Amino acid sequence: MRTAFIESLCEAAAGDPNIWLLTGDLGYSVLEVFSQRFPDRYVNVGVAEQNMMGVAAGLAMSGKTVVAYSIVNFVTLRCLEQIRCDICYHGASVKIVGVGGGYAYGALGHTHHGIEDLSVLGSMPGVDVVAPADPIETRLAVQTLLQRKGPAYLRLGKAGEPKVHQNSPAFGVGSIVPVREGRDVLFITTGGLLEEALRASQQLVAAGLDPAVWSNPWLRPFDVARVTAAAKDFAVIVTAEEGVITGGLGARVAQIISGMEGSRARHIGVGVPPEVGPSALSQKAARARFGLDANALAAQALAAMKRS
Amino acid sequence: MSTERPNSAVASGQPLTSASEQSTREFARRLRVHVLRMTHRARASHVGTCLSIADVLAVLYGAVARVDPTNPDWHGRDRVIMSKGHGAAALYAALVVRGFFPEEWLDRYCQDGALPGHVTHRGVPGVDASTGSLGHGLSLGCGMALAAQSERLDRRTFVILSDGELDEGSIWEALMFAAHHRLGRLFAVIDYNKIQSFGRVEEVLALEPLAAKLRAFGWNVVEVDGHDHAALSRALTQLPQAAPTVLIAHTVKGKGVSFMEDRLEWHYRSPSDEQLAAGLLELGAVV
Ligand SMILES: [Mg+2]
Repeated sequence: MRTAFIESLCEAAAGDPNIWLLTGDLGYSVLEVFSQRFPDRYVNVGVAEQNMMGVAAGLAMSGKTVVAYSIVNFVTLRCLEQIRCDICYHGASVKIVGVGGGYAYGALGHTHHGIEDLSVLGSMPGVDVVAPADPIETRLAVQTLLQRKGPAYLRLGKAGEPKVHQNSPAFGVGSIVPVREGRDVLFITTGGLLEEALRASQQLVAAGLDPAVWSNPWLRPFDVARVTAAAKDFAVIVTAEEGVITGGLGARVAQIISGMEGSRARHIGVGVPPEVGPSALSQKAARARFGLDANALAAQALAAMKRS
Repeated sequence: MSTERPNSAVASGQPLTSASEQSTREFARRLRVHVLRMTHRARASHVGTCLSIADVLAVLYGAVARVDPTNPDWHGRDRVIMSKGHGAAALYAALVVRGFFPEEWLDRYCQDGALPGHVTHRGVPGVDASTGSLGHGLSLGCGMALAAQSERLDRRTFVILSDGELDEGSIWEALMFAAHHRLGRLFAVIDYNKIQSFGRVEEVLALEPLAAKLRAFGWNVVEVDGHDHAALSRALTQLPQAAPTVLIAHTVKGKGVSFMEDRLEWHYRSPSDEQLAAGLLELGAVV
């Protein structure tokens, strides 16, 4: 995802001299292609994320489109009030990019578990919040966000994720990306969990079901229309997010279902509880622990289908 | 965003003549009168902080900053960031005296839907940045100054800080950044009235030796009497240096109204009817 991010950023910057890139002293072996090609529009601000966000806002208020890059927690939680007051309140075109979303850096310990970002950024005023599923969605997200005015948060994984999409899908602002058609169980995922849900769907097919799988990169704006329709069409909706269940994808889906007429869907919201968890926890282990890997998602969907 | 030169007279950016000093003094007097009336009417706090910074704002908006009330979004204008956003009443009053919006707007200070008690740019011509949480403005100013430097514009960026605000670590991040990037057209002004919100600065969290710290951070440091218009003007119009410049403006909280001077309580209290009358009398205004 990081490679797709920097490649598409460089392509955009070649065509738009107002695009700047700031980093909080991270991005080794990733950002060099930008800094070497556009040295006048690249600043390593040092390990100072609060200042980075203020500088980014000041540049954006002077007509620039600014990408601010660091590890998830450092570029969101550390500088949250700068995001709220300096970026959001001014509607500044700062595109915040966090790497290491979810448990991508899980083995590095608690400080590097990027699990509250989507929930927290989703409560900031007027921010686009996007967590792409794979390098293809990442590329589309970068292109789309750089063309939109105003603040955005882009949550990335790390390097080396597989391409899940075969081709470049339709990627409208705030639109769900349907990946597999189906009729009874619907998986909706955000970020890199799409591949887990696709593998879970294969298990369900083997069990005689007809599951659908949707990728939901856009936490904001959110595809209310499609989720509303899904609640009428499917018996079971399983949402899966590599982040806390408070305020993320599942909470948004539950809110829509509880407020609508004619829903028949039973909703299973799978995610991470907002509690202190184990420290060293690989992404694979974390997904298993929190019911987010393919086996667990398939099992939860089957159990819900039996009850419905 | 308009890029043409302003069509009305702009401040000269030159040191004050005695005539122009007279006019910035009148600017400051009118600003203080507005502030007293606003905080009295709204029963609002922060009158002391507004009076403290009144002379800096009067010199800045009356003589130094190249801004144009008829074209507030002029791209080449100097930027002014009131990082101590609780001095909002003083900033709004300065913008009124400079002609950015009608005096009547001040009557509704702190009322629903009107000018809020901390600085907003929304719907308020002449405000370059919204503030109110301390420690944000200098970073914003760094970004604006960096943008100007990259475009080789000669516009300046002025950031007004409080002394208590220097407790925020983000200020020191920004101080390092500005010096490292040689933002020579960035000016910070510290309203050094020696009082912060819950005590004397030296008792809460000592800043001294402040000038030495700022020099060590790579800034060009100028200490001035923050109520001396000629000195403020000289310092704010000096030729750009390689390093950013910080004015340590030694001020008195509540300056200009004798019973408010150097008293912590006027961070919070709003003037009663009698205190308003007494204050206006001292400022030579009609009650
Ligand atoms: Mg003070």
